[in-house]
Amino acid sequence: MPDMVTLSRSSAPGQPQQRQFNPYTENGGTILAISGADFSVVAGDTRQSEGYSIQTRYAPKVFRLTDKAVLAVNGFAADGNMFVKQVRQRLEWYRHAHAKDMPLRAIARLIQTMLYARRFFPYYVYNILGGIEEDGSGAVYSFDPVGSYERESCRAAGAAQSLVQPFLDNQIYFKNQVPQPGRPHPKHLPLTTVIQLVIDSFTSATERHIEVGDGLEMYIVLAKGSPLHGLESIDGVQEMTATNEGERIFIIRRNLKRD
Amino acid sequence: MAAASVYSSPGFDFSNQIRNNFLAGKGLPLPKATSTGTTIVGCIFEDGVILGADTRATEGPIVADKNCEKIHYLTESIRCCGAGTAADTEFVTNLISSNMEMHALTHGRKPRVVTAMTMLKQYLFQHQGQVGAALVLGGVDATGPNLFTIAPHGSTDKLPYVTMGSGSLAAMAVFESTWQPNMSRADALQLVKDAISAGIFNDLGSGSNVDACIITATHTEMLRNVEMPNERVQKERTYVFPKGTTAWKKEDIKKLVLTEEITPLAVEAMDTT
Amino acid sequence: MSIMEYNGGSVIAMVGKDCVAIASDLRLGNQALGISSNFQKIFPVTDRIYLGLPGLATDVTTLRERFRFRVNMYTIKEGREIEPETFAHLVSSTLYERRFGPYFIEPVMAGLAKSATGGFKPFIAATDLIGCLNFAKDFVVAGTASSKLYGVAEGLWEPDLEPEQLFETISQTMLNAVDRDAYSGWGVIVHVIEKDKVTTRTLKGRMD
Repeated sequence: MPDMVTLSRSSAPGQPQQRQFNPYTENGGTILAISGADFSVVAGDTRQSEGYSIQTRYAPKVFRLTDKAVLAVNGFAADGNMFVKQVRQRLEWYRHAHAKDMPLRAIARLIQTMLYARRFFPYYVYNILGGIEEDGSGAVYSFDPVGSYERESCRAAGAAQSLVQPFLDNQIYFKNQVPQPGRPHPKHLPLTTVIQLVIDSFTSATERHIEVGDGLEMYIVLAKGSPLHGLESIDGVQEMTATNEGERIFIIRRNLKRD
Repeated sequence: MAAASVYSSPGFDFSNQIRNNFLAGKGLPLPKATSTGTTIVGCIFEDGVILGADTRATEGPIVADKNCEKIHYLTESIRCCGAGTAADTEFVTNLISSNMEMHALTHGRKPRVVTAMTMLKQYLFQHQGQVGAALVLGGVDATGPNLFTIAPHGSTDKLPYVTMGSGSLAAMAVFESTWQPNMSRADALQLVKDAISAGIFNDLGSGSNVDACIITATHTEMLRNVEMPNERVQKERTYVFPKGTTAWKKEDIKKLVLTEEITPLAVEAMDTT
Repeated sequence: MSIMEYNGGSVIAMVGKDCVAIASDLRLGNQALGISSNFQKIFPVTDRIYLGLPGLATDVTTLRERFRFRVNMYTIKEGREIEPETFAHLVSSTLYERRFGPYFIEPVMAGLAKSATGGFKPFIAATDLIGCLNFAKDFVVAGTASSKLYGVAEGLWEPDLEPEQLFETISQTMLNAVDRDAYSGWGVIVHVIEKDKVTTRTLKGRMD
């Protein structure tokens, strides 16, 4: 709980008193996003904790912003929820003003300015934005709490970032792997492989990090006109978009260990 | 200066303290040791005592050991669950176990649980809480079933059902809602399993499996991993790398089996001239 | 900053099928400044036991000598080589003796234990800096990159790896973990212990 501490060294009347209030807390959990040639996967666990207690086993950390953009937030849950709310409001204003959804790269820049606006009282959250760029390519943008951002093809953040990121370096970027003769490393991985890697990343993090567990939510954004890439054969897939004219968003849920 | 001895004096060695205090004075905090976040419980039933523990050991938020043993042996009919600094619980129970054996040999009869309790509390009190062991001690002796908790500073409690560790509240909630005097063996074991499970699932410091130990006047049964509700599921992919994936600069093979090859030299005929 | 990060360094040990492997980085640093790229942290104890000592470099040297002394004394007194499990307890009690003024080392051990039938059984163990033993069946890690090593090893490790597969798995785990750790790296060394041979390889990896 955000704690209030009064440091009263002297109670003499008229003497100044110092008060302190720490409005932040850390709610655990981990998020992760990987982009492919024409898709993007954004995932997060659903446990929300404080100290050694679980506050809830289902608190989503990944949110659909538009039909081509998904945002994952991790850190201080109250800030994260407020931040998503405000980003969504700005996107709605954009839609009313321009009669179209904001492009992904513009959303990324918007998030930067929104975060930096609070440079000296920051939102205590790490953001990862995933989706489809205007050219139809899958993209991932990752942010620090005050708005520094970068486009990447793979990023983990949160409590188990240090557990997951080196695993992804190895399996997505093929870091430290010498290719077999005549078989160069692929530039982009197929969607089914990416989904498998995301699931294994989270089950591994659940094994070794006490704040990760309970449930996994994976959002998959497909580019306009893209085939399903074997998504139809994965059980429990739900579509979140109404039409298949533009980009399409799917969600896959999995259970994680609850200990 | 005295010559370096092969033998060191018994007890703790403080010779690194000057250096470490200097380092701590420079603002370098002591690194944290493995601690057992832990749920440990004990409960008296109609013909003995049941102890229970989870099996997770943590270093901060990281799980260091997924299946450690927290129910320690003191004597055949006395066992002790440990929470707190893992090394302390391990060594303090080892020490007292050894002293209990000596005690039994000296007096020629089975030592009592209160004896173990007194030895533990006196040792912990002498160290003023610096030996960070929080214990649940249980066993059956000539006086019947006994159950105690011992806090790191040496204070003790004697109760019919007890819990300790970070999951103590979760476990105690189960005890408070369902414990009854003179429970049957099966009911008591189920209660202990439920209490530990409450800790495993609701306290982040506790996890993995349930260990239990049933002690009666005639028999002690250690139920290691009596419940395993947290096995890892099959991974989605296999991660065996093809040979040659890792580039290396230098190789040195040390053969452990000596082989001897006899190379017969071209034998020249003896000069008989 | 913690004292454990003063010189940096990490060690991991893994179990395979009738074999074990232990690997470490080769960096010695003074906080962020790299000093040496050939600082050994793994030492042979017997033919089939290797000991990794990540932590404060001065204690790496001290403990290496201390364990050499104690193992020699054991060998002379007992008239036989020490077994891995016995050695693990020797390490544990050596560290716990200094409970209130510890060595800043988190030892990792790997070896093959003689079984009753005359075969060899894989053995790995690790302790914290005051000697709390951790006998794992899969892998143990320690050092500044420990959380990264846990994450990668949990993903890549599988049971019953053959010696060559185990070499690849432990090497990939180590390389990718130290590449994300500022205090570890600058080269990696891997030992694979089998019943009839020990293969030691120095890996080619990032040197930044």
